[in-house]
Parts: sequence; structure tokens; C-alpha cells
Amino acid sequence: MSSYRDAIRSALRQLMQEDERVFLMGEDVGNYGGAYAVSKGLLEEFGPERIRDTPLAESGFVGAGIGAALGGMRPIVEVMTVNFSLLALDQVVNNAATMRHMSGGQFEVPLVVRMATGGGKQIAAQHSHSLENWFAHVPGIKCLAPATVQDARDMVLQAVADPDPVFVFEHQLLYGMTGELDEEAAPADPWRAIVRRPGEDVTLIGWAGTLGKCLEAAEALAKEGVEAEVVDLRCLRPIDFPTLAASVTKTHRAVIVDEGWKTGGLAGELMAGLMERVFYELDGPIRRVCTAEVPIPYAKHMEDHALPTVERVVAAAKESLRG
Amino acid sequence: MTRDEILAALRRHLNAIVPGEGDELALDDDIRDELDLDSMDFLKLVQGLHEDLGVDIPETDYGKLDTLEAFVGYLSR
Amino acid sequence: MVEAAAGEQLFTMPSLGADMEAGRLVAWKVGVGDAVKRGDIVAEVETEKGLIEVEVFADGVVRELLVEPGAKVPVGTALARIGGAAESGAAAGGEAETDGAGAGGAARVDVAYAPAAAPGSAPGEAIGEPVESVGETAYGAAPGKTKLDGAPSTPAARREAREKQLDVGGVRGSGSHGRVGLEDVRGAEGDAGGARVASAAATGARGEGSAAEAGRVRATPVARRRAEERGVDLGAVEGSGRDGVILLADVEKAPVGVTGPAKTKAASPAEAMRAAIGAAMARSKREIPHYYLTHTIDLGAAMSWLEARNADRPPTERVVPAALLVKATALALKKVPELNAWWTGSAAPPKAEVNVGVAISLRGGGLVAPAIPGTDQLGLDALMAAMSDVVERARRGALRASEMGSATVTVTSLGDRGVESVIPVIIPPQVAIVGFGTPSERPWVVDGEVVPRTLVTASVAGDHRVTDGHHGARLLARIEKLLQKPEKLDS
Repeated sequence: MSSYRDAIRSALRQLMQEDERVFLMGEDVGNYGGAYAVSKGLLEEFGPERIRDTPLAESGFVGAGIGAALGGMRPIVEVMTVNFSLLALDQVVNNAATMRHMSGGQFEVPLVVRMATGGGKQIAAQHSHSLENWFAHVPGIKCLAPATVQDARDMVLQAVADPDPVFVFEHQLLYGMTGELDEEAAPADPWRAIVRRPGEDVTLIGWAGTLGKCLEAAEALAKEGVEAEVVDLRCLRPIDFPTLAASVTKTHRAVIVDEGWKTGGLAGELMAGLMERVFYELDGPIRRVCTAEVPIPYAKHMEDHALPTVERVVAAAKESLRG
Repeated sequence: MTRDEILAALRRHLNAIVPGEGDELALDDDIRDELDLDSMDFLKLVQGLHEDLGVDIPETDYGKLDTLEAFVGYLSR
Repeated sequence: MVEAAAGEQLFTMPSLGADMEAGRLVAWKVGVGDAVKRGDIVAEVETEKGLIEVEVFADGVVRELLVEPGAKVPVGTALARIGGAAESGAAAGGEAETDGAGAGGAARVDVAYAPAAAPGSAPGEAIGEPVESVGETAYGAAPGKTKLDGAPSTPAARREAREKQLDVGGVRGSGSHGRVGLEDVRGAEGDAGGARVASAAATGARGEGSAAEAGRVRATPVARRRAEERGVDLGAVEGSGRDGVILLADVEKAPVGVTGPAKTKAASPAEAMRAAIGAAMARSKREIPHYYLTHTIDLGAAMSWLEARNADRPPTERVVPAALLVKATALALKKVPELNAWWTGSAAPPKAEVNVGVAISLRGGGLVAPAIPGTDQLGLDALMAAMSDVVERARRGALRASEMGSATVTVTSLGDRGVESVIPVIIPPQVAIVGFGTPSERPWVVDGEVVPRTLVTASVAGDHRVTDGHHGARLLARIEKLLQKPEKLDS
């Protein structure tokens, strides 16, 4: 059994061992071992040239990562949380995402940016948001959201193998989660959604931090005789609509569980995409369970209340059975 | 009151009860049978004639009034 | 889906008989803003039984018409909102102001952000996300509210206001910038109803969707598609989803090739009525174990009395014998109340009032039996007036909703075409029907002598689940007795 954190570290180590062009940089990734201890021990193993601590300047070091990628390196940039990544949005949107297109295919940016996302650890609004949808909005980049230990490894490996900028969103509550990890396995295709639990009655769609809630909800629903199918979205851009549509075509109902805010969020995009594809399969409106439209509160009881809960997923699923 | 006036009044009131059919009625048709009038309808006809022509047909005479001709004869007296 | 807000009543598609499932709104007789009082005709509805004028059962003001003329909707569908007159504000000036504030405030507070209060408008909000209801207003909407609705309010104040069905916009705030706090709401609770219209406006806003939908069958996309594939008429399918929406499973269960009443109807109204009568009578014959009794009654006294009574009256004030028979039946039922009842599925508790349904054959075919409310209470003149009124309106197609579903027993008299007696069929959910043949002169034995007498054969069909022949016999005997003292029927 390995942790999600170990799995990412395993991938980083394998990448650095196999390819000299790979290096990791970010705030506190070296001496401190990473804000979430993902890179712990890597400085000792690979040295300060490849495990580089940066100043608190996201725009600067993400921009440096883009430059390194353009120059032929395979940089992996760790941004401490998605909240801080906004400082680097200009580099991401105006440079990383556009370079291939604006150069007529002459340049490519094989950059990987990893960052922690999500709430639930009582570290308040500035460290707890889920802004993946901001990135998933932008053509020219790809967005992955591993929800399992194996995916944490595989997705980092595949992100580095991809010739374009790939963003990996690691839910901060998952770092300590343990599960089976096959370090020898060929990494799975990261761009496809996967049915994690088959069912006939309603499709629950989650990813990263909400997949576990969907599986728990499915467990609870099964006790009431409702067979929920749980789909792990995995890739937030491009979205694997064929897999989602196939599931909804089977169950005719869907509940989307998104830790982001509802307004302008990914859940709405998924609803719209499904509506465009399988409207005539729907046996009622698609539901979504999202985070309350507030900055994530610090107080535990309020934070718990603001984030999607298993109870709300169960309630939404049962509601969907009634059309 | 002329025969034509009486007939016109009769047909007018019958048409109000059974739209259109008052005109079709022959002089010696049985009004109740032909137009499927019930006692309520017949009373309505009597009421209409009462208001229109000022004639008062006692209930005991209802039985005699089975055709348009009978009405004309009765009211011409 | 559509719910009445505080101080409001929903005017719904009435059931005009146990077999009625839907009706078509033909016309509105009132508009938004009109004051109505109980008993006013507010709409015309077309059913298999013809065109019916429908009355409203509440006093108030028409707040909103939810269904467009031409729409066919199931029984129970909200057609309009009637706001209580008392709630519309003490002064006319205040009303407009309060309503305006209520509409603005409600749309923002109660509909957009209160899941419990807005089941229809925002499905996503309705699935139990209390956090958002607090959160959105607290952070998202508060600045907007300040500008648009006058005063900001705290989440706790809004929650309290919702629970007490107060319009928070109508509460005076004591906090900084006029912020309405919990204490302000609690203090306002006892105030006059000015603030208590929030939900009315709120539900008005949330009713939009339903108004648009009301005219069509509500079915999910996949249910529609499947129905088309299978050749199932959605109009004939009963929806098991929320608010009766037809789900996929409902379509799968439906028999293939079922054609709905709409198609039958399209053929001709007469055919539709025939189908409706057929359905009701088939149900009666299928479900009700009828017993039948007949009894020959000497009408001599009654006819002489009536003749004398009519003799010195102008035709407009005369009473037909049928009125006497109906009155006698109504009074007799007071003595045998078991036969004046509705079958509820397991029992038939007697009805307190006697509303005799009078069977009226329609020209061109068909039959209706509108009720004459409180038949036993009416004097003969009033009863006669009521009878000629319903006959006239039945044939004109202008019966009222309240007349169509409220009969507690039916009287059918086929005497005008000369039949001796009628063996009638009970109209569900009633449990008895009384029939009269033609009163005619026949030989009768009085004091050992055969004499000519005007006789009528009365009959009764009773529901054996509720009563036995003995009850029916008592009823007929009672009718006979009452007809021997006709003057007592005239009160």
C-alpha cells in the first residue's frame, strides 16, 4: 500500500531517473520537501540543480518553466496551491497555452504544472478553493485530476510525456490516502473518464476530491436499493464526453459532484455537454452538488457545511429518480 | 292574432328550445315526439307564449296541445 | 410544483366527476387584478361532459393566471393564484408599494436563494443545499440587495423571515445602514400583514415555468423519445415523477398503442361524452353490486294538489311533477341517509347535505346529472327554478364545476317518453339512484274498489357494498308516504 503522495513521488523519481531533461521547481520543494511533502528526499537524491527552490513569485517561476520547456527541457513546476496559481495566470494563458498555435506549430511547451487544490483542511479561503475550471476553460492546455493512488503516479508520468502544457490538480485531502500502487505498470491513458463502480439507476460524476464522496454515496444508495454508477472524470480538459454520455445513456440520470462553485463551474459545463449529446436519454434534469458560493470558511463546522457532502450527493441522486 | 303570427311565435320559441328544428316541424307533427320535448321543455314553450302573446294556457289543457295546428286552433279561439 | 404562498389560494382544475382526469381551459372570465368572491364564475372548462363554467371558492384578488386558454391540464393543476383580499395591504397605496418590494425582495431572497421555498424554479437549488441558501445571500447577493431592495439583512434574519413567511424587505432594520437583523424580524412578526406577501410574489416568480408547461404533457426527454418509439400516447400515461412528470419507467409500463382521450376527443365532443358515460357506467357495472327495487306509488293526491297549485298561477310560476318527485326523494333520503353517500373505497359515510343530481338528456345525445345543492332545503318554487336553470344551462353547455361533481344521489325520470319504469345504473361514487317512470292513469284498488288513479313506478338501485334491499325499500316507502301529503313538500 502506498500513499497518493508516495505515488507522485514515485513518478517524479522515475521521470528524473529516466530523463535528464526533467527537473522539479517550486516553493519549498527542496529543503522543506514540498508543502505537502511530495518531494521529500528528492533533493538529497537528485541535488539542487534538479530539485530547485524558488522565490515566492509564481509568475516568475512558471514563466521560467515555460522558457525551459521551449528550450527543450521537461520542467515540472509545483505551485503550492491553485489559489496562488492565479499569480501565474498570465504566463499560463498568454504564453504556455498559445505558443504552439501562435508559432504555427514551430514551438511546443512540454511543461507540467502540479498544484494542490480543494478544501477540507481548515486552512481558510486563500488555501482551500477549487479553481480547476479556470484552467479547464483555456484551449492549449490539458488538465488532469487524479483521484486514486495509481492515477496520481500515472498522470504525472503521462503529463511529462505529453508535448503540451499539462496541469495536474492534486486534491490536498488525498495526499495521505493509501491504495494499491503498481510502480511497474505502463501508465494508463489519462485522458479518459473511467467507470469506477457500475450501476443502472443514476450516474454520479466526480473527480479528484469528490470521487470518494461519490463512491460513498453509491454505497449508501445501494443499501436503499439504488444502484449508482460512479464515473471518475479524471481529465478536466479535454472532457471525455463519450464515456459520460454512455453512462447516462444507460442510467438516464446524472448527478455531478464538483467541489468548485456552481456558478460558471465545471459542473455546469458537464451538464451542458451532456444535454447537447444525450438530451433525449435524460429522465429528468441533471443535478449538481457543488460547494456553497462562499469563500471557504475557516471554522470547521462551516467548512464541512460548505463543501459537497455524501448526504447531499445521496439526496440529489434520490431526487433524480423522481424525474 | 293571426294564424301566421301564432305560427311564427310557436316556431320562434321552439327554435329557442331545440335550435333549428322549430322550422322543420310540419303542422300536424306531434311536437313532443318530433322534437323530443320533456315536460320542462313544454312548460318553457308555454311560458314563452305567455310572455310573448299574453296567453295563459292552463295546465289541464297541455294534453290537447300536441301539434302546431292544435296550438293555432286553441289560441285562435 | 406550484404551491400557494401565504395568504394565497390556488384555483385548480376541478374534478367534475369521478371519471374526469383532465380538462381544457377554454376561456378566462377574469383577469389579473380582478377581485373575485366565492361563487363567481372565473373560467370555462371543457370536459368530456361538455362546457362547464367553473366558480372560484375563495374571496380575493386574481394574482396570476397560470394556464393559457386552450391548454388541457390534469385535474388538480393550479390554474390561477388568488390572493386574499386581507393580505393585499391595508391601504391601496400601501399595496402597490408592498407588492413592489415583495416582488423584488422575494425574487431575490426567497426564490433564488431559498431552496425550500423554490422547489420549482431551480432544480439544483431544491435538492437540499441549505449552505448555498445562506451563503449566496450572505456574500453574493447582499450588495445587490442593498441597492435594489432598500435594506440589507442578515442571513439569520432572512431565515427567520422565511420561516415566519414574512417579507424581509418590508421589515425595518435597526442595524447600520438599516441592516435587518434577527431581532428586527422577530419584532416585526406581530405587525400588520403588509410584509407578509413575500412568498406570494416569490411563488409568482417561480410559477412562470409551470405556466409555460401547463399546457403540455410533462414528460422527460427520454420518456418522450421512448413513447414515440413504442407508439405510446403520453396523454394516456400517468406520470409517477415529481409533480406528475412522466418518467421513462411510466412509458415502459404503458400499454403499446394506447390512444389517449385527446384522440378520442378529436373525433367529436358527442363521441367523447359517450366514451365518458361509457367509462363511468362500465365502472359502475363492474364494481358496484347493484340491487334493484320497484314500487308503484299512487300519485293521485300529489297530482291534484299540484294541478290546483298551478291553476291560479301564470305559466312562469308553475311547477312540473318532476319537481315534486325530486323533493320527495330528497326528503326521504334524510330518513335513509345510508343511500345519500359517496363510496370512498372501503366505506360510504353518509353525506350531511342532500344534493340531488338531476339526470338530463342532451339533445344530440349524452347525459349529464348536475347537482342541485341542498335539494331538501328548497321550497317547490325554488326547486323548480333551480331545475329549469340547470336544464337550460346543461343544454347550452354552461354548467358549473360545483354542479358536476357534488351530487350525493341521482334522480332519473324517463317519464316523458312513456316508459313504465326505469332500472337505473348508479353513478360512482354515489351509492344509490332513484328512477321514476311515466305517471299515468291505471286501475288501482282503493277501499276494496277498483278505481282509476294516476300512478308512477318508482325504482331504486342501491350499492350492496353499502346497503341492503331493506334500505332501498324504506326509501321508496318513504317517498310514497311523502307524496301523499304533497303540501308538506313545499317548504
